[in-house]
Amino acid sequence: MVVFDKPHALLDVPLHYCPGCTHGIIHRLVAEAIDELGIEGKTIGVAPVGCSVMAYDYFACDMIEAAHGRAPAVATGVKRADPENHIVFTYQGDGDLASIGMAETVHAAARNENITVIFINNAIYGMTGGQMAPTSLPGQVTQTSPYGRDPKLCGYPIKVCEMLSELEGPEYLERVTVNNVKNVRNAKRAILKAFKNQIEGKGFSLIEVLSSCPTNWGMTPSNALKWIDEKMIPYYPLGVYKDRSAEKEVNK
Amino acid sequence: MADKVLMKGNEAIAEAAIHAGCRHYFGYPITPQTEVAAYMAKVMPKIGGTFLQAESEIAAINMVYGVASCGLRVMTSSSSPGISLKGEGLSYLAGSDLPALVVNVQRGGPGLGGIQPSQSDYFQATRGGGHGDYHMIVLAPSSVQEMAELTVKGFELADKYRMTAMILADGTMGQMMEPVSLDFELEPVPEKPWATTGTKMAREHNIVNSLYLKPDELEKGNFDRYERYKIVEANETRYEEYLTNDADIVIAAFGIAARVSRNAVNEARRLGIKVGMIRPITLWPFPKAPFEKAAEHAKAFISVELSMGQMIEDVELATKCRVPVSLCNRAGGMIPSPAQVLDCIKKIANGGNN
Repeated sequence: MVVFDKPHALLDVPLHYCPGCTHGIIHRLVAEAIDELGIEGKTIGVAPVGCSVMAYDYFACDMIEAAHGRAPAVATGVKRADPENHIVFTYQGDGDLASIGMAETVHAAARNENITVIFINNAIYGMTGGQMAPTSLPGQVTQTSPYGRDPKLCGYPIKVCEMLSELEGPEYLERVTVNNVKNVRNAKRAILKAFKNQIEGKGFSLIEVLSSCPTNWGMTPSNALKWIDEKMIPYYPLGVYKDRSAEKEVNK
Repeated sequence: MADKVLMKGNEAIAEAAIHAGCRHYFGYPITPQTEVAAYMAKVMPKIGGTFLQAESEIAAINMVYGVASCGLRVMTSSSSPGISLKGEGLSYLAGSDLPALVVNVQRGGPGLGGIQPSQSDYFQATRGGGHGDYHMIVLAPSSVQEMAELTVKGFELADKYRMTAMILADGTMGQMMEPVSLDFELEPVPEKPWATTGTKMAREHNIVNSLYLKPDELEKGNFDRYERYKIVEANETRYEEYLTNDADIVIAAFGIAARVSRNAVNEARRLGIKVGMIRPITLWPFPKAPFEKAAEHAKAFISVELSMGQMIEDVELATKCRVPVSLCNRAGGMIPSPAQVLDCIKKIANGGNN
C-alpha cells in the first residue's frame, strides 16, 4: 500500500511561499531525493538570498544561509571540508545564480565542483517585489522594466544551461519544469540524478527548474503554469544540455 | 633553544597556519602577499589539505565561510584592495559567529593605490570592514616571529570567541626575512557543536545564518555579541611598552612603524630626551589602559603611522584628549625614517607641534 506522506527531509512547518508558487513542489522533490538516497544525515544545504532565503527552516538536514550569489563558493568550502562525507546542494534563484552570483556559478561549474545545484528560474526577482531578472523574457513587464524588457537597453536573457554546456567542466546540466504532473515526475528524475552524480563523485550537476511566480507575474496560479508552457519553454527549451558520463558511454 | 629558520614574513604566516592545524586555504593573487598562497599551493596537497585559487576575493572569503561553517580552521590572505572585496564576507562571518583567520598584508591606497607598504587599512580593520555592528580581533605583528606567533594565536582566539581574527600586517612585514622559531605549544581546539557537518540523523539540524527578520531577535544577537566582545577586551588585549615609565613623550606605533620608532626612541634617549613607546599588538581590542596610565605623566603623545593618521584617533580616545597627540607619518607606500621620527620627537621636546 502506498501512503502519501511528507518526506522526512522536509520539516513539518508551514512554508512562507505565496499561493501558487512552485517552490513548495521543488522543495518536496529535493527532500524526496534526499530520502530515497538515504543521505539526510550527511547532507548540508546552502540557501540563497531571494524567496528561498529561509529554506534553512524547511529542510531537515544541516543548512547554511549564504550571501547573495555566493552559494556555490560556500558549497565549495563545505564540500572541500570533508569531500568523502559531505553531500552538498545549493538552492538558488535566477537573480542569485545568474546575476550577482554568475562568477561563482561559472567557476564552480568549470572546476566540476562535486556539488548539486538546484536553480529556480522564474524570470523575475520575487522577494524584492518583482524586478527584472537576468532571465526575464524580452518584452516582459516587471517593476524595473515597466514598458517591457527592451533588449536594446538591457540586453537579452541568459540561458544558463546552454551557456554552461560550453564548458569542459560540468558533469550534468538539465532544464526541467514543474507545471504539470508529467513534468513534476520528470523534474524528480533529474534532481535524483543530480544527487546520485555527486554520490558517485562525478562532479557538478545543475538542474534548472522553470518555475512560476503568480504574485509578481500578476497572474492566477493556473495562468502562471500556462505561461511557462506558452512563453518560457519556447525561450528556455527543456532537456539535457550536458551529460558527460552518457557522452563517454556513447563514445566507447 | 628551538631551531630557527630564515623565512619571509608571508611564508611564516603560511607555515604557522599549517602548524595551527589549518588545512584549508582560499585566495586570489595580489601583491604583496603572494608568497602566502604560493607556500600553501606547494604544501597543502602534500599534507592532505586544500589549496584553492578562487575566481575572486569574494568567492575566496565565501569558501572560507563554507569551511568555517563545518568547524574547521580555515584562512584566506590578501592585500588592501582585495580586503575591500572581502568586506561582505567579513560581515557575514561576524553575523553568523564563525571563526576564521584573514590576513591583510597592507599596501597603499585608496583605489588601486600602489604595492608598497602601508597601514592605511587601520580604520577598515578595527571598525569591522563590512556593514553592520561587529568587530574582528585585529593583530598587528612587528617581526617575522610575530607574524608566525600571532597567526597561531589568531586561530586560537577565533575559535575561542567565534570571531574572525585578522592579521593586519604590511608589505614590509610580508617581504622581510628574519629568523623564526615555529616551536609553539597549541591550545586545545574547542568543541564546535554548532558546526554543519551533517546531522548523522542523531540531532536536530544545525543552521549557520545571519538573517533575523524579527528586529528584537537581531537586536538580541547584537547585544549578545557585544557582551562577548567585552570579554575579549578584558582578556585578550595585548601591547608592548618600551621605556614608558618616566617618559615625557610617548610614541604610539605598531608594525613596521614601531620598528622604526624604536630606533628613534633609543637615539632620543641618548640625547637626553625622555621618550618611550607603546606598541599595540591587538589593534582591536585597542590597549587603552597603558595609554591612560602614560597620560598621567606624559606631556605629549606622538602617533607614528604609515597613513594619514588613523590610530591617532584611538590614542586620543584612550587618553581622553588630556594630553596633546600629534601625528608623525608617511603615506601612499612611503615609510618614515628613524631620522624623521627623531625630528618629530625633538620638535615636541622643544615645545613645538608636528
